[in-house]
Amino acid sequence: MGRSLVIARREVGSFFTTPVAYVYLAIFLVLTSVFTFFLGDFYDRGQADLLPFFSFHPWLYLFLVPAIAMRSWAEERKSGSIELLLTLPVSVAEAVIGKFIAYWFILALALAMTMPLWFTVNYLGVPDNGIIIAAYTGSWLMSGAFLAVSLCVSTLTQSQVVAFIVAVVLCFLFVVSGSEIVLDVFKNWATNDVVDTIASFSFMTHFDAMSKGVLAANDILYFLLVIIGWLYAGVIILDENKAV
Amino acid sequence: MIAVEKLSRRFNRITAVDELTFTIQPGEIVGFLGPNGAGKSTTMKMLTGFLTPTEGQISIDGLSMEKHTKTLQQRIGYLPEGAPLYNDMTVFQFLHFIAGVRGLRGKQRKARLTHVIKKVALQGVLNRQIEKLSKGFRHRIGLAQAIIHDPDILILDEPTDGLDPNQKHEVRELIRALSSDKIVIISTHILEEVTAVCNRAMIIANGKLCFDGTPSELQHRSRYHQAITLHFSYAADISGLAEIEGVDEMVVNRHTGDVTLFPEAGKLIMAPVTEHVSHYRLPVDKFTIESGRLDDVFREITTGSTAEVGV
Repeated sequence: MGRSLVIARREVGSFFTTPVAYVYLAIFLVLTSVFTFFLGDFYDRGQADLLPFFSFHPWLYLFLVPAIAMRSWAEERKSGSIELLLTLPVSVAEAVIGKFIAYWFILALALAMTMPLWFTVNYLGVPDNGIIIAAYTGSWLMSGAFLAVSLCVSTLTQSQVVAFIVAVVLCFLFVVSGSEIVLDVFKNWATNDVVDTIASFSFMTHFDAMSKGVLAANDILYFLLVIIGWLYAGVIILDENKAV
Repeated sequence: MIAVEKLSRRFNRITAVDELTFTIQPGEIVGFLGPNGAGKSTTMKMLTGFLTPTEGQISIDGLSMEKHTKTLQQRIGYLPEGAPLYNDMTVFQFLHFIAGVRGLRGKQRKARLTHVIKKVALQGVLNRQIEKLSKGFRHRIGLAQAIIHDPDILILDEPTDGLDPNQKHEVRELIRALSSDKIVIISTHILEEVTAVCNRAMIIANGKLCFDGTPSELQHRSRYHQAITLHFSYAADISGLAEIEGVDEMVVNRHTGDVTLFPEAGKLIMAPVTEHVSHYRLPVDKFTIESGRLDDVFREITTGSTAEVGV
């Protein structure tokens, strides 16, 4: 675990050496504001809560998380530094976890920077802050799931672009599998169990309750399992073909 | 001691390494020689635990690499081919990171960092970004990270590739200066490097071990070993040279006019040749005893031709 933290520190350090890091955070903040104020009708709703802010998070993460995670392993493969990293006395799992911690921390940072919005709601009215804290936690958990998928995809290729596109597509499947459009396709011919199963794979389904402040054990467990599952897949992929 | 037994590695049916068996004792500086794609790097990647062998065993001091990868990696320092580093970090950040992953802490970390930075002379570039440094510096940083934890085993994949002669000299000095109870394995396709640094040479071609011996044994296999090359200041009668006892063959280089006399197997021809030269007052202005041309031997061994004239 100690070694994972050393790796995580390096990743975070590397991320902030380039201006891209600040551009990334700026885009994150701009987009959350755009979604909240323009698409979410933050003011016109006349309610002191952050629901319009949180409800767009899955769509925001859909592009921003693969963008941050695409270089994680693809770049290591391309520059050959993967050979350096994996011949140090670290296990593949430690390296994978280290990188995950680093990017998850950056996502937490990005989320924390949206705090002024929270203060605004508190200034304008009397929101239920418990709900907001729960929704923040849920959003961060969901970003971890997006991240685990993207990191796993990044282990497969040397190309950051390929890593990005494949990760977006995979994440998109996880997001839309709970939407009516997808479920309608199945409803006509599949049994209810199948439809429910497909819906339950969706990040949306599980995040919906969270964004309203309900932190149910099954939703938390779902995201944790997605994270663990995809990270484990990444470990297996790296173990099997270290040199591409 | 490194013991390798019947080591093989295949990539999608292409055999990169084919049943290698050898042992390496502490104190040996081994040079892996071979053409590009011969399996040198693949062998090294398996020795460092990066790749798992398709078949065969690697063990270091009785511990198998498969089961004790992490423990053994603690004892190995490795410079991958082309010295890949984290380009976005500064030199100091990078070495600090490596020391951290290697488990060095506090005072010990500081002491080791100071030591390696001094040893490979990186003081001037500590706060520069690695990306912006020359190839020579990159190789030195690669070496620094490989020796930062004072490993028993040092594996360097083409440590001098692409360096200028001064830098090559520095790297060789560094390798030689390591203490004598360590194992050093370097791969190279520069033959002079093997005679300059190593005390054991292994030639690998097509994944197989083709030669294993000392660099001087390698030179002995050359048909030029103990051959004599003469240069004349003006044209002279050289017909008698081929008749000298012990001389197997005489070859005249048409471009330079150099005459090379190859000895019969195991014979020394210096004495009779000098006698002949002084007796007939031949106008010799250059007299060279060859120690063996490694590139000939190398070509012979790796291309599989068995014409070993004069050995």
